[in-house]
Amino acid sequence: MKQTTKTLPAPKVEAHPSDPEVNLALAREYGLSEAEWGRINGILGRKPTRTELGIFSVMWSEHCSYKTSKPHLKGFPTKGKRVMQGPGENAGVLDIGGGWATAFKIESHNHPSAIEPYQGAATGVGGILRDVFTMGARPIANLNSLRFGEVSDPHVRRLVQGVVAGIGGYGNCVGVPTVGGEAVFDPVYRDNCLVNAFALGVLPHERLIKGEASGVGNSVMYIGSTTGRDGIHGATFASGDLDAEAGEKRSAVQVGDPFMEKLLLEATLELIESGHLVGIQDMGAAGLTSSSVEMAFRGNAGIDLHVDKVPRRESGMVPYEVMLSESQERMLLVSKKGREKKVEAILNKWGLHASVVGKVTATGRHRVYDEGRLVSDLPIPALADDHHPDFPLAHRPTRRPAYLDKAQKLDLKKLKRPRDLKGALLKVLASPSVADKEWIFRQYDHQVRTNTLTKPGSDAAVIRVKENGKGLAMAVDGNGRYCLLDPRMGGRLAVAESCRNVAVSGAEPIGLSDCLNFGNPEDPGIMWQFAEVVKGMAEAARELGVPVISGNVSLYNQGPKGAIDPTPVVAAVGLLEPVKGELRPVPQWFKRAGDLVYLAGTTREELGAGEYLAVVHGLKKGVVPRLDLKAEAKLQKFCVASARKGLAQSAHDLSDGGLAVAAAECCVTGARHGAAEVGAVIELPQKGRADALLFGETPSRVLFSVSPADAKAFEALAKAQGVPLKKVGSTGGDRLRLACPDASLELGLTEIKGAYFGVFKGLD
Amino acid sequence: MKFAVLEFPGSNCDHDCVHVLGTVLKQKVSLVWHEQDSLPAGTDLVVVPGGFSYGDYLRCGAVARFSPVMQAVVAHAKRGGLVWGICNGFQILTESHLVPGALLRNRDLRFLCQDVHLRIEGAGSAFTPAGSEGRVLRLPIAHGEGNYFCEADTLKALKDRGRIAFRYCDAKGELTPESNPNGSLQSIAGVLNDKGNVLGMMPHPERVAEAALGGTDGLVLFESVLATLSAHK
Repeated sequence: MKQTTKTLPAPKVEAHPSDPEVNLALAREYGLSEAEWGRINGILGRKPTRTELGIFSVMWSEHCSYKTSKPHLKGFPTKGKRVMQGPGENAGVLDIGGGWATAFKIESHNHPSAIEPYQGAATGVGGILRDVFTMGARPIANLNSLRFGEVSDPHVRRLVQGVVAGIGGYGNCVGVPTVGGEAVFDPVYRDNCLVNAFALGVLPHERLIKGEASGVGNSVMYIGSTTGRDGIHGATFASGDLDAEAGEKRSAVQVGDPFMEKLLLEATLELIESGHLVGIQDMGAAGLTSSSVEMAFRGNAGIDLHVDKVPRRESGMVPYEVMLSESQERMLLVSKKGREKKVEAILNKWGLHASVVGKVTATGRHRVYDEGRLVSDLPIPALADDHHPDFPLAHRPTRRPAYLDKAQKLDLKKLKRPRDLKGALLKVLASPSVADKEWIFRQYDHQVRTNTLTKPGSDAAVIRVKENGKGLAMAVDGNGRYCLLDPRMGGRLAVAESCRNVAVSGAEPIGLSDCLNFGNPEDPGIMWQFAEVVKGMAEAARELGVPVISGNVSLYNQGPKGAIDPTPVVAAVGLLEPVKGELRPVPQWFKRAGDLVYLAGTTREELGAGEYLAVVHGLKKGVVPRLDLKAEAKLQKFCVASARKGLAQSAHDLSDGGLAVAAAECCVTGARHGAAEVGAVIELPQKGRADALLFGETPSRVLFSVSPADAKAFEALAKAQGVPLKKVGSTGGDRLRLACPDASLELGLTEIKGAYFGVFKGLD
Repeated sequence: MKFAVLEFPGSNCDHDCVHVLGTVLKQKVSLVWHEQDSLPAGTDLVVVPGGFSYGDYLRCGAVARFSPVMQAVVAHAKRGGLVWGICNGFQILTESHLVPGALLRNRDLRFLCQDVHLRIEGAGSAFTPAGSEGRVLRLPIAHGEGNYFCEADTLKALKDRGRIAFRYCDAKGELTPESNPNGSLQSIAGVLNDKGNVLGMMPHPERVAEAALGGTDGLVLFESVLATLSAHK
């Protein structure tokens, strides 16, 4: 390798002997448009080689370039006093005190999971873990957010079984607990399931490292698994609809090796700790291409790669294949000068090897050599800089879709009042989206690392951070039905609910990561949904004062029967402060008999877009519940304050299925966590139709249980903070009674359990 | 008292065991890398922790058995030293023939992470408090291959010698089909070697050694070990 490359005139780019004819047809096959093909020829002033075309096609794919979403995402608040790293890196990083920080991110692996559920989901977990540990953070918690079609459908059952086993198989082996998540079932996700994986890690401030290549002459090193032909064009595959031939693209799905990941994790953290590195990055989507381009771009440098030095698992691979492979468990790093041997020694301890595959240059160009022959020579800004005129940002047209007016109309007067409220509650409790998810989370090790304070099955999962004595609460949430019927409000609600889930545990929400799952953005109606949801999310994040520090966009989520519901999944992370030296997260379940039950927030007759309407009346329509962001912010502050004062025994967010479902869950979900199973009598002294009051999903409401001794202080706190609060009942007995002036229902805890538990047994 | 916790490539519960022994119980504990061919001088108890040693390739525990450190552990056990295998550690001990039997895939072929009840059985050992036979503990399991199996004559020997350490049971201590999570033969959750100085068990006592984590039943076993060792010092 010549050190003097930068001072010599660049050698001429040559086609590789294996290259086919490069033309518009090939560009199209690689997912590029005619306009983009023209733009590439313009940028280069010549026809690209096949390797160059491949690099352009993946770097400009929706998946890697965010060309459609970027102009919209600028509205998110991304700054704050805790933010050490905002969006644009492998993961965002927040200060959590005591010299410690947390890094986290959520990412989709939808298309691969729809085609090959086990490996698709497994490699989704692997990818997000690498994003976290390449920042220097040790991953200590995983969450996931899943969307499937109806669970009675055999095709869907196969997906659920595969995805859950894949998430568990990978996360369990790497030794990172999967502490929570959510799963929602709706026919719109039948052909395009959603698998969004979240990972969170912790790091001492000084260990923070970025995916940067800098320092001319520094070695670019490749570590981890060998490179094969798997996953070639995975990024492109993720940037198109899931059509009928998608099954044939199974070769675009990668295969995971969690043991290799575990070794990489330990070796990477040891390497970062050693101080031998300048930067490090995961080879995720678009593998060696995107990692090398992005590292050089962030470091304001150039990079020369020699693909013949890349370790391979298959023979006869050509530069195009090596550059586009998405083989898993590989990383690219830049070592400090003269430290290559030391890097190698650490890797060897973990049974791994490093190969020097290139050098950092000052050329601002991304060059690929094969056996000394220059096969690709591209300007980095055109590939990675969305501010550069050569970068193909897509300002796609938006149009409010016609379905909305009709779908939002719901005349409550014409909606039959159920004669059997109890039967309705049992039906909603047994709806797979609402019902207990133990079948899923017991396949995940949720306790390894001995930090899990609140296990799966509460509003938020809470873990302790041994290193600084604090706790971190986390939740993922996103309601596609709300976003379908009112994207703007749905976006706000998604942020509000995930933050509320964290706040009810007593933790102050400090940061968000989001995964935006939408259909084909070339459809102006879907693009409008996207723009509106993002606006709504930004409004809520701003008002609640919680920055978005990382995220991912997944478009083209649609099968032959159309697009999924617009589904932003919001991951919220909250900081739990110790009280008198102890971490005491507030769980969702009633703890014991004899406590008072309070409802905080205002209840309105809002049945639109709810779970009750869908399950009992078969309707997916209506006006989405209104969110008052100022009231929401106050409520969340109250939740945190009451927890810090130790006033709340339990606190449960009211969401799908409203007060009735929340109350039932408060009664029966504690038993698994060593708490009592306890009934309650709850009366809502408010006029209105009973089903709307009991099942309506008015947001910004929380059901608390409070010890009688603390009642006065609790009420005073609510008053001082301007939060509407009603005493609605008390805990005790083995039945749940729910009443409002018009009607009431009563059922035994055994009946609740019969409906709520065991819904997924049939999947065994 | 000196404790050693083994660390294989793929060990996941090594630091959890160190945390309980070192931070919670304030004992001297060191991690021992798999390539070391000896244990720290004066080691009283070796913990073979859970995880996926060597990726569970070939068979759980099958590769770990041949690691240099396991040769030292076998020698330690032969000298009468205490060895405690938890989860993957139990699998490694069966592969190393330090305890009898084998761990097969769970009856339902799925990974299971949940709390179970365990009944303390047998003739007693360093790992359980004196006179605790019949006592019920609540501990978590987290495994895909914990379905205990052994040949009929081995089972008879285990029973005759009181070397079945724990059985899965219900909250009252009854052995029921529902309380056997993984299909283990006769609900066996842990066994001792013939001399009683080596214990292999699937549940994770180190995960319930602090009240904040939802229980302290795991401490019962740790404290028993400490009591036994201090009585011999």
